[in-house]
Amino acid sequence: MLSAADLAALWLTLKLATTVTLLLFVLGTPVAWWLARSRSRWRHPLSALVALPLVLPPTVLGFYLLVAFGPHGPIGTLTQALGIGLLSFTFPGLVIASMLYSMPFVIQPLRNAFEAIGERPLEVAATLRAGPLDRFVSVALPLSRRGFVTAGVLGFAHTVGEFGVVLMIGGNIPQSTRVVSVQIFDHVEALQYGQAHALAGGLMVFSFLVLLAVYGTQPRLRSF
Amino acid sequence: MDEAIHVRLPLRHTGFALDLDLALPTRGISALYGPSGSGKTSCLRAIAGLDRVANGYVAIGEEVWQDESRPVFVPAHRRAVGYVFQEPSLFAHLSVRENLDYGHRRAGRPTGIDPPGIVEMLGIGTLLDRRPQALSGGERQRVAIARALMSQPRLLLLDEPLAALDSARKAEILPYLARLHDTLAVPAIYVSHALEEVAQLADHLVLLGDGQRVQSGPLAPMLARLDLAAAFRDDPGVVVATTVAAHDDTDHLSRLDFPGGQLFVARRPEPSGHRLRYRIHARDVSLTLRKPEATSILNVMRAKVTGRAETDTPAYLLVRLQAGDTLLLARISRRSWQSLQLASGVEVWVQIKSAALLG
Repeated sequence: MLSAADLAALWLTLKLATTVTLLLFVLGTPVAWWLARSRSRWRHPLSALVALPLVLPPTVLGFYLLVAFGPHGPIGTLTQALGIGLLSFTFPGLVIASMLYSMPFVIQPLRNAFEAIGERPLEVAATLRAGPLDRFVSVALPLSRRGFVTAGVLGFAHTVGEFGVVLMIGGNIPQSTRVVSVQIFDHVEALQYGQAHALAGGLMVFSFLVLLAVYGTQPRLRSF
Repeated sequence: MDEAIHVRLPLRHTGFALDLDLALPTRGISALYGPSGSGKTSCLRAIAGLDRVANGYVAIGEEVWQDESRPVFVPAHRRAVGYVFQEPSLFAHLSVRENLDYGHRRAGRPTGIDPPGIVEMLGIGTLLDRRPQALSGGERQRVAIARALMSQPRLLLLDEPLAALDSARKAEILPYLARLHDTLAVPAIYVSHALEEVAQLADHLVLLGDGQRVQSGPLAPMLARLDLAAAFRDDPGVVVATTVAAHDDTDHLSRLDFPGGQLFVARRPEPSGHRLRYRIHARDVSLTLRKPEATSILNVMRAKVTGRAETDTPAYLLVRLQAGDTLLLARISRRSWQSLQLASGVEVWVQIKSAALLG
């Protein structure tokens, strides 16, 4: 039912979504923490910047990334100088583009979770001799567990579902940048509705099951 | 070596200025008493290092925690304080046992404290494997107190630990706090706007009033000061520290001695030598010029009038008396003051109608 090309596209999609989600956890957590805690006047501009991919059409983001990654763009010039070559139409380029595109879906839930903790548990930890990093690891992280689950699921699912940015920046190269959403598009264009159904239906069931698992296993909000 | 707790805090908020300059004893419980908004909590937070007050100075003994003239500011996690917040603030993701261990472990599992003893003293032995969510408000606050003690603080800070509880829960915790006071060597600062709690627990009283004048001193003389009576307006009275002296099983009475007199109360279960704190309300004290011969009142003693003050009600006066080393307050009518021709230095007989046991 699924062709080798379909399976390759599926594998690439999972690889991309996993990489993007993990990288966004690493880079997004400090940003979300800063946004949740800081009283700096740069907080609002940064919040707006982080939320920008929510409102921009993916083609706008993809277009500017394509220009930036290109031989005369700032990032393209840099990557060429470093001997990496150009990022457009490569998997790393796709990862960077997807990170920007999915960023608000990871940072926003983390920020909400950090804000929901409030100052008090951290102050309590401070009076119990926990330093700043210790407080973050031993109190803030476990208390915002739900936020991390939500952020991970949304970031992953959103990356799986992206189409516009991928098409603009990655094109349609098998094994390298052809993800499931693009593969489905190809099937439809070639009037291969049966294969399109198999992939699209599979994706739908997968997404539903992931969300069901999240909602089913999350403990109800505890009162404390 | 200077072993006192020194706090100098120029507290400034919008429409609020308070220059605190306190030297508190390193023994017993010091109460910060005053209405809400008088800067009590700000003071505790600054002592703990949770807030940095400009130009503040905080030192305990020879250990300086904040001195902006040098400048020194030790962050909260490097100060050996135990802080109990107004609302029970247990870590929701940890069990009671893990909550207790949190500060204990970070303080390097100090050997100077007795964890099972603390658990026993606060009566939380059966709660150790429970989650904070499964505890009552009173139980949570007891765990929070134990958790603070487990880190072997040099100073325990209690920010209205009973304020968020209903009166039944308060009554449940007060005895534990009293035990804490009797068994622990660690000094404590107890913030409260409830005079009853202060009278029961404190040894030293700091009065934060509406004005900027901060009064500070040992509890009993502070409570008997006429110039401060306005601060205790709703319920003036004194606290006497008594010792159980004898029991009379025929009449079911116990005799309690205090410096300057004795009290007879309904038979106490405590053995001789046990210390009990009683509060004598000014409204329960009456005065006579001659020794009352035929009276139903048991507690009658000689005292000297040492002053008087107005009360909220023009009909009544507050009279200060000295019985031996103990100060008493009596609320009598202005007419009585005149008809008995009372004045400072006059010897009178004091009748105490009742005394309320404080824990």
